[in-house]
Amino acid sequence: MSLAKPAMRGLLGKRLRFHLPIAFALSLVAAAAFKYGVTEPRKQAYADFYKQYDTTKEFNNMREAGVFESVRPTGK
Amino acid sequence: MLATRAISLVGKRAISTSICVRGGHGVAKVDDYALPAYFDRRENPLPDVQFVTELSAEQKSLKEKEKGSWATLSNEEKIALYRISFKQSFAEMNEGTKEWKSVIAGMFFFIGMTGLVVLWQRKFVYGPVPPTFESEWKEKEVQRMLDMRINPVEGFSAKWDYENKEWKK
Repeated sequence: MSLAKPAMRGLLGKRLRFHLPIAFALSLVAAAAFKYGVTEPRKQAYADFYKQYDTTKEFNNMREAGVFESVRPTGK
Repeated sequence: MLATRAISLVGKRAISTSICVRGGHGVAKVDDYALPAYFDRRENPLPDVQFVTELSAEQKSLKEKEKGSWATLSNEEKIALYRISFKQSFAEMNEGTKEWKSVIAGMFFFIGMTGLVVLWQRKFVYGPVPPTFESEWKEKEVQRMLDMRINPVEGFSAKWDYENKEWKK
């Protein structure tokens, strides 16, 4: 029936040697994915938005719509 | 001397049950639960006692044979000796049960019960919903948010086409 003697030592070390590199790699992949999938597009979106932004025009539009308390819409 | 002083800290009752024949009373009866017990646990691989307490004649002779060279034992005898000392092997004691099915069933049952309670509550306990949920109010609310340019870069107002006054396709 003789079974092989099971591993008695180094069990944690073996597990760590296997799992830690995978854990690090996956964490790096997750971070990179988030950076290039979320933060970079977001930064780009904001940059593009403000490139074309006309402050005065937007202010006047908002003023006419009546959302400000300090300046009333023109007329009246 | 130290031992008796230690015993007096434990309590007077302990003195009579633990050590000696004092005052002609004799040693107290030892109950089963006070003796070392056998149990199958992964974290305690070698229990204090062997599993089979009263050996049959066959088992007794096997135990005698065990005292000699183990090379003469056949595989069946080795297994028999194992089963004398242990009730379940590690594989047997570690195997899963079908308990999870009852657990999932119980979970669904209680979630269902909770759902019924919530429905009853909605009908009989809570009052009417505030006026801010009416469509008219909501329309005015959305218009105001667009006027204020809420989240114009990536969010709410970014999806509205201000020139054509409609939602972007």
